[in-house]
Amino acid sequence: MTLFLAYSAVLLSFFSGLLGLMMHQRQHLLAFNQYWLNKFPTVSQRCQSAMADCLEEKRFPILLRRAVFVVLGLSGVFAVLAGLSVLIGQGVITDQISLGLPWLPWHVRFDCLSGFFFLIIGIAVSAVSLYGPGYVNSYKESEHPFAVLGLFTGLFVAGMLLVLLADDAFFFMIAWELMSVASYFLVAFQHENPANRRAAFLYLLMAEVGALAIILGFGVLAGFSDGFTFDALRNAQLSTTWAGIAFALALLGFGMKAGIVPVHVWLPEAHPVAPSHISALMSGVMLKVALYGLIRFCFDLLGDVHWQWGVVLLVLGTVSALGGILYAMMQPNLKSLLAYSSVENIGIIFMVLGLSMIFMANGHPQLAALGLLAALLHAFNHALFKNLLFLGAGIIHHQTHQLNIDMMGGLIKKMPKTSVLFLIGCMSISSLPLFNGFVSEWLAFQTALQVDVLNNGVLRSLIPVSAAALALTAALAAACFVKVFGMIFLGQSRSHYCDKAHEIQDKGMLAGPSLLAGLCFLFGIFPGLIIGLINNVAGQLLGETLPNDAALGWLWLAPVSANQASYAPPLVLIGALLAAGVSFWFLRRNPATVMRRAETWDCGFGGLTPKMQYSCSAFTMPFRRIFNKVWIIDERIEKDMRGAMDQDVAAIRYHLEVHDHSWPHVYQPIENGVNTLAKVVGRIQTGNIRTYLGYSFATLILMLWVIS
Amino acid sequence: MNWLIAVLQSMLFVVLAPLLAGWLKCCKCYLQNRKAPSVIQPYRDLLKLSHKQPVVAEQASWIFLISPYIIFSATVLAATVVPFIAVNLPTSASADVIVMVGFFAFARFFLALAGLDIGTAFGGMGSSREMTISSLAEPAMLMAVFTLTMTASTTNLSLAIAHVLNEGLVLRPSFVFALAALTLVAIAETGRIPVDNPATHLELTMIHEAMILEYSGRHLALIEWASQLKLMLYGVLIANIFLPWGIAETFSGQALGYGLLAIMGKLAVLAIFLAIAETLVAKMRLFRVQEYLSFAYLLGLLGMLSHIILEAAR
Repeated sequence: MTLFLAYSAVLLSFFSGLLGLMMHQRQHLLAFNQYWLNKFPTVSQRCQSAMADCLEEKRFPILLRRAVFVVLGLSGVFAVLAGLSVLIGQGVITDQISLGLPWLPWHVRFDCLSGFFFLIIGIAVSAVSLYGPGYVNSYKESEHPFAVLGLFTGLFVAGMLLVLLADDAFFFMIAWELMSVASYFLVAFQHENPANRRAAFLYLLMAEVGALAIILGFGVLAGFSDGFTFDALRNAQLSTTWAGIAFALALLGFGMKAGIVPVHVWLPEAHPVAPSHISALMSGVMLKVALYGLIRFCFDLLGDVHWQWGVVLLVLGTVSALGGILYAMMQPNLKSLLAYSSVENIGIIFMVLGLSMIFMANGHPQLAALGLLAALLHAFNHALFKNLLFLGAGIIHHQTHQLNIDMMGGLIKKMPKTSVLFLIGCMSISSLPLFNGFVSEWLAFQTALQVDVLNNGVLRSLIPVSAAALALTAALAAACFVKVFGMIFLGQSRSHYCDKAHEIQDKGMLAGPSLLAGLCFLFGIFPGLIIGLINNVAGQLLGETLPNDAALGWLWLAPVSANQASYAPPLVLIGALLAAGVSFWFLRRNPATVMRRAETWDCGFGGLTPKMQYSCSAFTMPFRRIFNKVWIIDERIEKDMRGAMDQDVAAIRYHLEVHDHSWPHVYQPIENGVNTLAKVVGRIQTGNIRTYLGYSFATLILMLWVIS
Repeated sequence: MNWLIAVLQSMLFVVLAPLLAGWLKCCKCYLQNRKAPSVIQPYRDLLKLSHKQPVVAEQASWIFLISPYIIFSATVLAATVVPFIAVNLPTSASADVIVMVGFFAFARFFLALAGLDIGTAFGGMGSSREMTISSLAEPAMLMAVFTLTMTASTTNLSLAIAHVLNEGLVLRPSFVFALAALTLVAIAETGRIPVDNPATHLELTMIHEAMILEYSGRHLALIEWASQLKLMLYGVLIANIFLPWGIAETFSGQALGYGLLAIMGKLAVLAIFLAIAETLVAKMRLFRVQEYLSFAYLLGLLGMLSHIILEAAR
């Protein structure tokens, strides 16, 4: 039954992709309808007319788009059901599909870990499919054919679901490539812009390099076992060195997809150029699939983890978290900001995963379960709020035709509903209490604070420092999202696009984000719901669950024991409502003190203009100054002079560009190296046919000599 | 019964906060050879403000209107978490010290948004500076707090204080560092000299005041009260974590009375120290605040390391 649900989810997403292809087949469908009409004249007339109605010139594309997204949404619902059923049932279901090569059937395995990620994908896909129909309406069919978008969205989702189901290395890689290549076409969807093509190519390049690393990682494992099924790989007996090499390859491959610093550069390039609902899926979900791969590879296939790997993950995660949020803060483009913030969140997840490995290797499986739980919960939460924010960014882009934060402002009055949804996303991602982001961050801190059980002095001093880095990250994230919300929705509008903006009319485009915002709040107040499910994942993967502190009741969250730490979000909510309610009621009793509106104080100079407000770059100036080594800052002030002696200033232009260090320090050397190598190799290519014949002859002789 | 005492304690906390602010002002005036206002002047101010008609900027949205209530209730919630006159209260279990820091972040988030909402240069300036300073202060504070929580191996403040109390008078080097770090952070977070000056409206130096410039009437009263609460909260944290003696461990009337007297005495002494420091030190340039806070962070780190190396050695 569970497997049936999972298969249905995959098939439905395939089907939605194929349905998208029908966009250009209206004529054929009409002919088919006519044929059907002639063949069975007895079929009820109403059915016929309904069919003909659907195929009308104007209605057909709209209906088809809806149908595609309905099928995609169904696939999401099935994925959620499948995930829930395996998580609750705690079973492991295996199967074989005889596709692919005859002697290599595809092995399928559906366990709690896959089920949990099915849940994440399902929720995200459902929200996106509510949102999609309204969003894609803005694309002109002649420039951006829906068939491409529909087909590759379906294939992309199917690819992600298949990765989770795979139980052998071949199947895994096929699904992985399906996911990567389908998403490449989605990134390149608006290919008329050269920058978009470049971003898409960069993405494809990094995805393929990553895939190579993963294949090599599987290869190392397979070298010590007798097959490519995960069962065989699990039983591989590796020496420490080879296990380390396999881990490094997997980390490179999956880390590239997940966007860990310094292999994160494709994220801020690729996410902004894809359509918003696709960036939501890529950032919210695809990065999680990479995370799944890493967890599967390290905790399941490699089995016994080493604490050094944990340290590597911890350090990389800390660097990514801090780097991600600092770079995010400087982005003027809303979607690249969100992409960098994904780097940050993936960094946090890697940090906690590293802690989990350290505890696991030091013989504290219960604390390892806590770390894994915190990591998975953060992955889940990040999928919710990042999806929400990307969909919100899509709405803003749809209504203002802008993504530059410096050009916005004052949208809270024009788009009240969107602003509430976006605010919930910002509060969740800033990890404020009562929202879901806080719970996972709290658990991360709790994991880090268990460091006293370790014997290694270096680890014991390293982990608290990384916890403090986590605190810094959280505080910087709050600053960043105060900026985002404040610049976009508050104050006065900074461009005429924003003046003319109005609330979105399409109900679906609000329903998708509303669903996610509701879940963000729900799991912030009742985290126990999802933690119970994740506990099953930890139980199956590590053979250890958190102690179930049932003595305190379901209201409480006490991950280690009630004496160490506890948090009761429902009580906090009640307290907050009480305090706010009492003060609200008490202070507003007197009718004489009813509120009065007056002009904003303008320091007595008259006429506040939008230009007097703090802009995005002004808001982040103190950060730029404090952390100035983190970026490559190109800040110039140009003055146009005029007058007889060029002494009067006619105009002043401020120019600010903030760049990533990884380009000049990591990628450019690699690029130069590749080019130099290519030149060296190029010397043997003379372009002369006789030389090439000579090479062939020499090779042949060499081969014959080797064989004989 | 426990819950009742916990609620009463929190209410007492909230009610007493303006008194501390009044006492602090008195001390400062005395040190600076000025005539001091009455100790209960902050209560009069709050009462006056709450009876005035609030004037709200035209530009303001609902964020601006609800922010004072959110800021106030988040700070009150933070106050319920901290053991004030007694330990072992159930409210401490509903949220630990990390959640308390989260409440502060919650209040700050809305304060900064309210500053940006009215669309003036002042509001943006205040928000930007506040977020900068707080994002540097938060890790330093958590570093200091983690030293305590690792010593007591709990993040529950009430249990941690009880732990310190049971250990008796032990000189821990880590606590000395943590105390110094937490004090520096407290000064920065509550907007006192040398980081911010609560008494000035000079635009070059304003942080907190710049954000709340457009507030008036009951909104201003709530925000003022919240910042007085925050000041008291940091005072109670420092007093009760590092010098917990006197705090009530049982819920008898006598113990609670002594607890109240003890904490009021400790806070009064702390306020005198703060007043002396504020009188002696000049305000810092904004971009030197980062050095100040990095120093606090470094102290916190040293505290943590000395805990790991000296105290938890096995």
